[in-house]
Amino acid sequence: MADTPFIHPYIPNSVPAVKQAMLRELGIDSVEEIYREIPERLRFAGRLDIPEPILAERDLRRHMMALLDRNTSAVDCLNFCGAGCWQHYVPAVVDEVINRAEFVSAYCGWLYSDHGKYVARFEFNSMLGELLDLDGVANPIYDWGDVAGRSFRMARRITGRPRVLICGTVSPMRLMEIRTLCQPEVMPTHVKLDFVDWDRASGRMDLEDLRARLGDDVAAVYWENPGYLGFIETQGEEIVELAHKAGALAIAGVDPVTLGVLTPPGALGADIACGDIQSLGMHMHAGGGCSGFIAFRDDDPVFAQECPLELYSLTESEAPGEWIVAEAIAERTSYGSRDQGVDWVGTASGLWTIAAAVYMAVMGPRGFEELGETCIARSHYAARLLGEIPGVEIRLTPAFFKEFVVGFDGAGATVAAVNKALLERGIFGGRDLSAEFPELGQSALYCVTEYHSQEEIERLASAVTEVLA
Amino acid sequence: MSAPPRPAEPTGAGAAANADETAAQKVARLGRLRREGGVLRDYHAPRWNEPLIMEMSNPGERGVLVPQAEDAVTAAVGDPHRYVPECMRRKAAPDLPELSQHQVLRHYLRLSQETLGMDLGSDISEGTCTMKYSPKLHEELVRHHRMADLHPWQDEDTLQGLLEIVYDCGEYLKAISGMDAVTLQPGGGSHAVFTNACVMRAYFEAKGELEQRHEMITTIFSHPCDAATPNVAGFKVITVMPDENGYPDLEAFKAAVSERTVGCMITNPEDTGIYNPQIDKYVEVLHGAGALAFTDQANANGILGFARARDAGFDACHFNLHKTFSSPHGCEGPATGAYLCSEKLAPYLPVPLVTFDGARYHLEFDRPESIGRVRGFLGNWMGVMRAYAWIRNMGPDGLREVAEISVLNNNYLDRLLMAVRGVSRPYAEGHRRLDQVRYSLETLKEETGVGTEDVHDRMVDFGIQSFWMSHHPWVVPEPFTPEPCETYSRDDLDEWAAVIKKVSDEAYEQAESVKAAPHRSSAVKMTRAEALEDPRQWAFTWRAYQRKVRGRKER
Repeated sequence: MADTPFIHPYIPNSVPAVKQAMLRELGIDSVEEIYREIPERLRFAGRLDIPEPILAERDLRRHMMALLDRNTSAVDCLNFCGAGCWQHYVPAVVDEVINRAEFVSAYCGWLYSDHGKYVARFEFNSMLGELLDLDGVANPIYDWGDVAGRSFRMARRITGRPRVLICGTVSPMRLMEIRTLCQPEVMPTHVKLDFVDWDRASGRMDLEDLRARLGDDVAAVYWENPGYLGFIETQGEEIVELAHKAGALAIAGVDPVTLGVLTPPGALGADIACGDIQSLGMHMHAGGGCSGFIAFRDDDPVFAQECPLELYSLTESEAPGEWIVAEAIAERTSYGSRDQGVDWVGTASGLWTIAAAVYMAVMGPRGFEELGETCIARSHYAARLLGEIPGVEIRLTPAFFKEFVVGFDGAGATVAAVNKALLERGIFGGRDLSAEFPELGQSALYCVTEYHSQEEIERLASAVTEVLA
Repeated sequence: MSAPPRPAEPTGAGAAANADETAAQKVARLGRLRREGGVLRDYHAPRWNEPLIMEMSNPGERGVLVPQAEDAVTAAVGDPHRYVPECMRRKAAPDLPELSQHQVLRHYLRLSQETLGMDLGSDISEGTCTMKYSPKLHEELVRHHRMADLHPWQDEDTLQGLLEIVYDCGEYLKAISGMDAVTLQPGGGSHAVFTNACVMRAYFEAKGELEQRHEMITTIFSHPCDAATPNVAGFKVITVMPDENGYPDLEAFKAAVSERTVGCMITNPEDTGIYNPQIDKYVEVLHGAGALAFTDQANANGILGFARARDAGFDACHFNLHKTFSSPHGCEGPATGAYLCSEKLAPYLPVPLVTFDGARYHLEFDRPESIGRVRGFLGNWMGVMRAYAWIRNMGPDGLREVAEISVLNNNYLDRLLMAVRGVSRPYAEGHRRLDQVRYSLETLKEETGVGTEDVHDRMVDFGIQSFWMSHHPWVVPEPFTPEPCETYSRDDLDEWAAVIKKVSDEAYEQAESVKAAPHRSSAVKMTRAEALEDPRQWAFTWRAYQRKVRGRKER
């Protein structure tokens, strides 16, 4: 075996005769002569401590499948956990398109080689702009928390003010990402975060507290709709008005799949919107399906100029009916201006934007409206059934879209114990909020979407009844 | 079924004899075989004259039907709209296209055909990006519901397979880099580089030195994110320029280091492909001043198994799993950045980390000194699964073979390209490059007026991806940067060089035609670039286009 040359199907020039011919072409005997560029003291003399290869594809597949079979999926089980990564149905046509080799294997080719990719991006931006009711949509990047932090930095640059007011119900996980981007206090470009109190019955922002906290050092007010805890924030217009009166920007965090039914951030007067497109046709991928967007008003060029993410613009060509999509004002990004650019940009989540484009195109206006109606109806049905179980209380009511808070204090049970027992019954329970929001006691955040049927919801309710009995 | 014989291409014993021909003979042979005159392919990209999807709408059509609430559900809860207060009910429906499913599918399949993905083309062009083959087996696995339909917060017990993959992949990357600890949370290479800036920030914050140390050093031939992300983390950035040999100027580097220095964030080999043989001296200078050293290993392809970041003294490094470790780029993400560091920096890594107690794998959140998070949930672990499978398939000798062949391919291509009129290779004469080379077409530009952007646009007419020129600023004039990693055969290298030679010949013979290129691409020539910089004309969405451009015309 040791004498057998290593010829690998992914390395054509590993064929010894070819390798020898190429070396001869270069006038050298071995690749070692090239590696002389690395001095001996910097060379790794050992053999890498990694396992011996599983060479045959069939054997590797067996090995990988054994690992995958140690996972239990949300298809194997019933899943009612959301909390920022939601199980919506992904139409087969979405997967068909994003599994195309051209899209899977494309990278940063420019508009002439990758015209289709550019057009798909522009269509994604255009359709998301329709959902949001905003003219400016940038190329999405990592996830909601990341783009929220970037939006705050954007607001700081636009207003020159250092403080951002945030709804107190913000997702603690998102907040950790935001804090990373907003820097420690000793840094000169630190963004100070200040939290607005919220109503414990409905989840909505306390506008009196907002008024008290606003001042001429406030760059932006940030609220989420639906809030992390599932409730619909009904005071968007008032929040925008108060922010603007104080000379601050209004930033809305949004789940775009709700916007067939809910008032979009543009109509509420938001200056910037951010959020996640995972709900628009992405599988959950253990959170890898997330992708954060930033959108903005485009009646003042400062929003585009301070936008940290790549922007793509439609232009006409000389040929009738032939559009060109190309990157606009590229100089301002970190690719154009390194540390002098606005924020930074890198490999983002291009394939997910194409998935979302296909999703929005097949859904259409009627699909989004119906999806919203079904999410609301089924989640409220689930809340009603769970709320009827002795000791179980539904919190932050009555306005929610697909997620709601279920309290188990009255039943004397912990969420951890309930979820463990549910798992034994093939159900993933809601996200445990007891550490994130101790003021809600032993509560869990449940997510019910168009994915879940009446029968599945009833299975959940009887399982919870059984567990608490 | 057996393939028909191909008399023109010798097989079997003939192939071995064929291996002895010189590169020049090979290029000539390819030219003869494929087309008289040396043009490699009579290629034309698909051009579908496809309207935008927003122009295709037919009101009333449906692309997919959505589940409706069951009668019993509706009977129990009533009209769903009553749960939405009046002020939050959407008044005007979004102006989305209304289309049947086949029409939507066909549109996006046509757009896919108008995209020259690497599976079809040759991404030797995409230097600094390591565009290697991504095995199809991995794509099949990553789409399996036990990968794709996992919730990040489902019980650890139900994620043991995924956690084992991620843990073991981390162990392999530690072995490859020599580092002590790893996170696979970042969503791309630049994100891992940003993670480094934050980890260094937390390290000095914990030492109480953050007010004193606020300068990060990088080099101009390091990736832009090595300058941009420390700036976003709050640091002042100092950029060191190359000396006459192309290495970061050691004297200038020493002068930049002081008690204010946080550390460095640099690449080696840099974008030039030149390995800096004194890299450990730079690290020593930093450590002497109490600062830290990070090396950007987005492109580690040429050094796998040959050199490790830790052995050169670095405190931290990163890898792009979607470059060196074969995960596909997917039109620029989603991707995975692996960030690795020494024991000293490990307490600051983002949460959660994957740990192993000898029997079970865990997500560890309780790490009080952690920087917190750079990304929500767990990360893009699709990329980790692919990287894991790829490393398992290669093994220790395979990884070295990857490095050797990528370096050999690069030097072979270099020999072909340096014979092309108008091409030069600045810096470090007499030194071989590792995995990539930054060339210059300055001579071509001076002699013909055809510059690197013109050649870039012309290449696509031959079914070859446009080459990567350079990150900004262009320190090398009229730059281009190929990277022929291990994926490419000698035929692929020959063809790529022949395209460059062909375009160079055209530049000397018919410069105007090259400058008018592309001629056979999916997109027609852009003539209105000024619109991209003009707030009255730029249009990031269809609605903005209608308002700004159409609206103005109608008036």
